[in-house]
Amino acid sequence: MKTSRRNFIKAGGVLLVGLTIWPAVKTFAGGNNDLKIAPGADADKKWGLVIDMKKCWPRYQEGCRQCFAACQKAHNIPAIPNKEEEIKWIWTEPFVNAFPEQENEYITAGIKDKPFIVLCNHCENPPCVRVCPTKATFKRQDGIVMMDYHRCIGCRYCMAACPYGARSFNFCDPRPYIKEPNADFPTREKGVVEKCNFCVERIDRGETPACVAACPGGALIFGDLNDPGSEVRRILAERYTIRRKPELGTHPSVFYLI
Amino acid sequence: MLVKAITGSKKYWAWLIFLLLIIGSGFSCYLWQLNKGLTITGLSRDVSWGLYISQFTFLVGVAASAVMVVLPYYLHNVKDFGRITVLGEFLAVAALIMCLLFVIVDVGKPMRILNMIFYPTPRSMFFWDMIALNGYLLLNIIAGWHALEAEYKDVPPPAWTKILVYISIPWAVSIHTVTAFLYAGLPGRHYWLTAIMAARFLASAFASGPALLILLCYIIRRFSRFDPGREAIQKLAAIVTYATIVSAFFIGLEFFTAFYSQVPAHGIYTLKYLFVGLEGHGRLVPFMWTFVLLIIAALVILLNSSTRRKDGLLQLACAAVFIAMWIEKGIGLVIGGFIPNPFERVVEYVPTLPEIMIALGVWAVGLLVLTLLYKIAVSVKEKAA
Repeated sequence: MKTSRRNFIKAGGVLLVGLTIWPAVKTFAGGNNDLKIAPGADADKKWGLVIDMKKCWPRYQEGCRQCFAACQKAHNIPAIPNKEEEIKWIWTEPFVNAFPEQENEYITAGIKDKPFIVLCNHCENPPCVRVCPTKATFKRQDGIVMMDYHRCIGCRYCMAACPYGARSFNFCDPRPYIKEPNADFPTREKGVVEKCNFCVERIDRGETPACVAACPGGALIFGDLNDPGSEVRRILAERYTIRRKPELGTHPSVFYLI
Repeated sequence: MLVKAITGSKKYWAWLIFLLLIIGSGFSCYLWQLNKGLTITGLSRDVSWGLYISQFTFLVGVAASAVMVVLPYYLHNVKDFGRITVLGEFLAVAALIMCLLFVIVDVGKPMRILNMIFYPTPRSMFFWDMIALNGYLLLNIIAGWHALEAEYKDVPPPAWTKILVYISIPWAVSIHTVTAFLYAGLPGRHYWLTAIMAARFLASAFASGPALLILLCYIIRRFSRFDPGREAIQKLAAIVTYATIVSAFFIGLEFFTAFYSQVPAHGIYTLKYLFVGLEGHGRLVPFMWTFVLLIIAALVILLNSSTRRKDGLLQLACAAVFIAMWIEKGIGLVIGGFIPNPFERVVEYVPTLPEIMIALGVWAVGLLVLTLLYKIAVSVKEKAA
C-alpha cells in the first residue's frame, strides 16, 4: 500500500490520540492506587491531634509561639510579608472565625475572642484529595493528607475545596523569605500549593510532630485514634471535644478541648 | 479553503493586526507571570480563583451557541438554522480554545499540566472537564469543517459527520454540567453548594451563546454578502428569550432558599456581599445591579414581539443579555463563591493590570480564531449564494 502524506498524518494523529487516552484506559482498567502506603506508614494507625486550649491560652498570652516557630523551622515555611499571599501551616484564629457556625450571641466571654490554634484537619473524608486532578494531594492509610510538591500543577482547586482555609499557594518564589533554611526538609518553588503535613517525616521515624514536641504546656496531644489505649482516645472518651465544621462531613482528625 | 483566511480587505487585515497586537501584549504579560508567578495577579489565599477562571466559566457557556443551532436543525428539522450551524460550531471552537487557554494561564505550574493526563484522576471534576471540553472542541472542529468543505465542493457532507453531530448534542450538555460540577460539589463554599448549579449553567449558557451568535450574524450581514437569514435570527432570539427568563428564575430560586430558610450555609452572606455589600465591602455591588438592570431591559425588549422583531432593539437586547451573563457568571459566581472566606471574613479581589492584559490577550486569541474561521465560512457561503 502506498502511504500518502495525508494518510501518514492521519495515522500520526490517531497514534497521538491513542497515547493521550491510554493512561485513562489504564486507570479504569487497573486498580486504585490512591491509598498506597508510603514507606513507614502504618495502615492500622490513624493519627489525630487533640488541642487543649485551656492549657495553651495562659502561655499564649505570655507570648508563647513555640509550636509555630518549631513548625516554621522544620518545614522551611517562608515569612511572606504580604498577608494575602501568606504561607500558613499552623496559626491562630479567634473562636468565631475558627468555629463560625458555633458562635452565639451569649457565648462565654472567655471564649468568644480567644485565639484557637488551627491547622490542616487531616480529614477522614478530605475534599482536597477528592478534587485534586493529579493526585498531588493524597491521603495515606494512616490518615495523613499529603502534598506532592513535584506533582502539583498549581490549579488551586484544593484551596477552593478546603472548608478550613488550611491551604496556601506559593504565589511567588518562597526561597528568599526563608530566614534559616533547614537542609533536612525541601523548600518549595513558586506555583505549588502546600499545607501542614502532620510532620509525616517525624512520624515515620516514630517521633511526634514538631509542634507537639515544642509545646511547653502540653496543650497538643498527638496519637493513634485507632488505638483505644492511646492518650488521645482516653481524652476523647472522657471529655467533651469539638471539631471544626463537623456538619460538612469531612471528619477532621483535630479535636479541641475548651 | 484555508487560503480564504489570508485574502481580505484592508479593514480585515487591520482587524487581524489589531488582535495580534493585543495578543502580543497579553503574551508579554504572561511571560512576566511565568517569571514572577501568580503574585502579579490580584489573587490571594482567600480568593484563589479570579479573572482567569471566571472567564473560563463564562466562555464554556458561550460554546453553547453551537448546540442551540445544531439541536433544532438536526433533531427538529428547523431548516432556517441550516445556513448558520457552521457559524455556531465555529463560535464554540473559538470559545473552547479560550476556555483551555484560560486554564493554562491560571495554573501555577503550566509546564506540568500534562500531569492531568499522566496521572488521570477520575474522581476529580477537572479530569472530566478536560475530557468534556477537549472532546467538544474536537467534535465541533471536525463536524464544522467537514460540513463547510462539503458546501465548498458542492457535495453533501460525509454521512459519518452526522453521527458526530448527534454525539455533540448531549456532549454540549455535558460541558456545562461538568463545569458546574467543578463548583457544585465543594463542601465549604456555600454559594456554590447548590443542586441547581448545573441547571443555572445550562440556562445562562443557552442565553449568552445564542445572544452572541445573533450579534455575530448581524456583523456578518453588514460586512459580507452572506445573509444568515432573518428567520434564523428571530428563532435564535426566541431561544435567548426563554433561556434568559429561565436563567433569571433560577437565580431567584437561590434567593428564596437562602433568605426564606435563613440558613447561613445556603449562601446568604455571599448574596448579601454581591447585591448590597457585606461588612462595608461591596466592590461587586454595582456590577450585580448592572446585571439586574440589563436583564430587565433585555427581557422588556425580548418578551414583546414587536420590539424583538426590530433589528436595532434586538441587537441591544442581545448585547444586554451577553453582558449581563458575563457579569453574573464571569464575575459574580466565581469570585462571590470565595467571599466570605472559610473564616467568614470578607477579603475582596480586584484583578491587576497585567492580569487584565493576559485575559484580554486570551480573548483576542479567541477573536482571532473566530475571525479566521468565520472569514473562511463566510467566503464559502458567499460563493454558494
